[in-house]
Amino acid sequence: METTISPPRPVPLQPVVLHVNGSDHPLLLEPRRTLLDALRDDLGLTGTKKVCDMGNCGACTVLVDGRAMYSCLLLAVDCAERRVTTIEGLGGPALDPIQEAFVAADAYQCGFCTPGQIMSLRALLDAHPDPSDAQIARAVTGNLCRCGAYRNILRAGRLAAEIEADRRAQQGGQDGNAPGR
Amino acid sequence: MATLRVAKPHDGEGDGEVQVVEGAAMSPWGPDAALAVVGKSHPRLEGPEKVTGRALYAYDVRLPRQLVARVLRSPYPHARVVRVDTSAAAALPGVHAVLSAEDAPEIPWYEDSRLFDRTVRFVGDEVAAVAAESVEVAEDALRLVRVEYEPLPFAATLEDVLRPDAPKLRPDGNLAGEPKTYRRGDPETALRAADVVVEGRYSTASALHNAMEPHGCTAAWEGEHLTLWDSTQSVFTVRQEVAEKLGLPEHRVRVIKQHMGGGFGAKQIAWKHDVIAALLSRRAGRPVQLMLDREAENLAAGNRNPTRQHVRLGARRDGTLTAIQARIEQATGAYQVGGEASNVSGMYQTLYRCPNVATEQVVLYTNTGPAVAFRAPGHVEAAFALEQAMDELARVLGLDPLELRRRNYAAEDQTEGKPYSLPEGLSLCYDRAAEAFGWDPAGSPAADGPKRRGVGFAAHDWAGGSGHPPGYAWVKLNADGTAEVVTGTQDIGTGARTGLAQVAAEELGLPLDRVALHLGDTATGPYSPVSSGSATQASIGPAVRAAAADAVAQLLAAASATMEVAADRLSVRGGRILVDGDLSRAVDVADVTQEIAPHMIRGQGERGPNPEDRAIRTFGAQCVEVEVDTETGEVTLLRVTTAHDCGRIVNPTLVDSQIIGGITQGIGFALTEERVVDGRLGLVLNPNLEEYKVPTVADVPPIEHAHVGVPDTVANPTGAKGIGEPPLIPTAPAIANAVFDAVGVRLRDAPLSRSRLLAALAAQGTDGEVRA
Repeated sequence: METTISPPRPVPLQPVVLHVNGSDHPLLLEPRRTLLDALRDDLGLTGTKKVCDMGNCGACTVLVDGRAMYSCLLLAVDCAERRVTTIEGLGGPALDPIQEAFVAADAYQCGFCTPGQIMSLRALLDAHPDPSDAQIARAVTGNLCRCGAYRNILRAGRLAAEIEADRRAQQGGQDGNAPGR
Repeated sequence: MATLRVAKPHDGEGDGEVQVVEGAAMSPWGPDAALAVVGKSHPRLEGPEKVTGRALYAYDVRLPRQLVARVLRSPYPHARVVRVDTSAAAALPGVHAVLSAEDAPEIPWYEDSRLFDRTVRFVGDEVAAVAAESVEVAEDALRLVRVEYEPLPFAATLEDVLRPDAPKLRPDGNLAGEPKTYRRGDPETALRAADVVVEGRYSTASALHNAMEPHGCTAAWEGEHLTLWDSTQSVFTVRQEVAEKLGLPEHRVRVIKQHMGGGFGAKQIAWKHDVIAALLSRRAGRPVQLMLDREAENLAAGNRNPTRQHVRLGARRDGTLTAIQARIEQATGAYQVGGEASNVSGMYQTLYRCPNVATEQVVLYTNTGPAVAFRAPGHVEAAFALEQAMDELARVLGLDPLELRRRNYAAEDQTEGKPYSLPEGLSLCYDRAAEAFGWDPAGSPAADGPKRRGVGFAAHDWAGGSGHPPGYAWVKLNADGTAEVVTGTQDIGTGARTGLAQVAAEELGLPLDRVALHLGDTATGPYSPVSSGSATQASIGPAVRAAAADAVAQLLAAASATMEVAADRLSVRGGRILVDGDLSRAVDVADVTQEIAPHMIRGQGERGPNPEDRAIRTFGAQCVEVEVDTETGEVTLLRVTTAHDCGRIVNPTLVDSQIIGGITQGIGFALTEERVVDGRLGLVLNPNLEEYKVPTVADVPPIEHAHVGVPDTVANPTGAKGIGEPPLIPTAPAIANAVFDAVGVRLRDAPLSRSRLLAALAAQGTDGEVRA
């Protein structure tokens, strides 16, 4: 049972500029490279996790033009001209309210799915600053957590919405504009 | 104070083995101990790293010139590898090293086989490996490897291997070791004399661990020194095994694990990837990262053994158990692996008081990936059968299932005749769970319509949670009055880093924010055992406490000199050293450590042995309420209430998290998780997270933890036992019992899939009476 397989035909690398977390990153990539591998291997942004690499688990969730997407199902070369936000792009000197809520609610155990969960909730809160419980649950239905922290993830989602509401109130104005992502 | 005495008896007594005695006696923290840090919820110390993506997992290691490795795996369930031609793969630009049976060192692995064996025994068995500059090139290279296989007869399922005409998978047959038998009393006679006998044949599916981070490591050589960043539950086990496999002295192998994306029992040993990565790295002269993909993870890196269990219980009319008999068949896969210890018969022997017990446990090889411990191995499978049988017995006798259990209470380990360290532990669990849930044996109100509700109860014991002595810890007091605790243990996601730091802070009399805890590195920490068997807190907590006590003794001696006060009048609390307990005459710990700097206080501590005259166990009881849709077969969990004896609760939030996590996995085991093997092809049909159904956020109901929290002062000086595994054990039988309560059908095969439930309802005739 012999089969002959020829070596793959070399494909020219393709220039692409990825816009990630507010910075431009010019790269030369194989056209088949996923956004996930480009983030982790070419940009060193390992906060975005690889778990299934086939769109089943949500651990690689990032924001693309503000929407939560599985980065393992996107080709990096297709993401030029799009705004990509990873877990490293959240927060600043202080934690993002969702990150703060995850710590407070113990919404993780091993932490491997956590960046993906947080990004899914970030997309939700950007679009719906005052979400219902059903919306919070719906936002993370595509994010598996094998440690089983789901009950606390739901609590964290609710808490994060409250923290953000408090911060908006403290800032004195509710302009309703989501931060530019 | 660290002490270690070694003796070798020469007087003709004993077996001549060296005896090591260590562990200074420490008085345990009793139930009334006034503790400032232990017992309080504190967020995980590593929280900020985890929520920002900065926590470094094995998969995240990025070294200069690092290569990525991929493994070619057998497409056959059983075959001889006649020839492997890797020349085309090796010639592909970007490929830097290739390994196969043709050129790999003959390193023994899995019983009598080799790292790359000439016989492959399951779909997914390792055949070749490559290291390349990118994952794409590595995968291209695998496609260029040409392998000639000679397929052999196979049996991939427990059913197939038990057929009389099953092929012989090993020269000695298909039994993985002699059957394990246990017997006390005369169960056959007792069954004949019993007023009531219930009998059932149960089965449990193979569950797949599916930790989010796959198995894998990054290997790098500096000269003759190998460093492995491994996703492992036991850095010292990996170091010892890798050193042995590679013929290296242990001091030239360093294993590091700071954070890991789950293990659940499957990451206790060195797996082939550790040695393959090291060999590829040496060959390529560059660091190599070898992480399994999801399919390989589910084929080759462990699974919970499927079982078939034939159970008989005999009882008197008042519910007193007179006989327990269980025959268990389980499939261990293609190889017996270290860390696999699925003692399915154990619970039958110990959970209930019974004078006549016989168990037989038969372990069989199959042409599937090797089974390995999965969170409470053996007990999860056994509880599914035993706890349903108990429920059935209660119904036959017209007794409350909880009352039946109380009437058969075991306060000692009947296999060894030793009292339990906390004999009332299980009874407390019964009380707390039943009270918090509002347990009512009358069950749920009868309902019309397609949806029916029911309640179920189940209990468990577990041999884990007692700790695996020995283990060690060091404490350093810095000049600024902060402390660093160094151990060689692991935080596998449980929160051990935080729980252990709390123990240190308590004993040191420092606020938690003045304590750092270092772990997961064989080069910097003293030996610690594997983080399995719910053991980390119970193993290392006492060692940390002892090291802290040692440091405090030195600190107070130093303070005695600097403060010119007798040491026995000094104590330390809240970061201050008090004279006669008086805060007004206190100085900060830093005042003393500054004074003596750069001289440093170094505490050492060890985990003394477990008591010999008591059996340390963990216990639990769970109540669940379900809703069953008789039209779709869907089981919806409405609520779960659980109580566990895990000794002292060091950090309530972290224990709660372990409990909701364990129950969540239990829901999967009960309802959806099943590795599906096509016996005709020897293929696992769902080695992925699409078709292997782990619970999602939508599947988990509110879970209430009714705390028991009684310190087990006999177990160890912290009074804390483990909680990682127990919550999973009773969930599936509690759900099955609730389903029976709801619709009157007994589902003896896990998972309780919709198809099974619909078939059972159809057999019963759902449109009439649903209650049998």
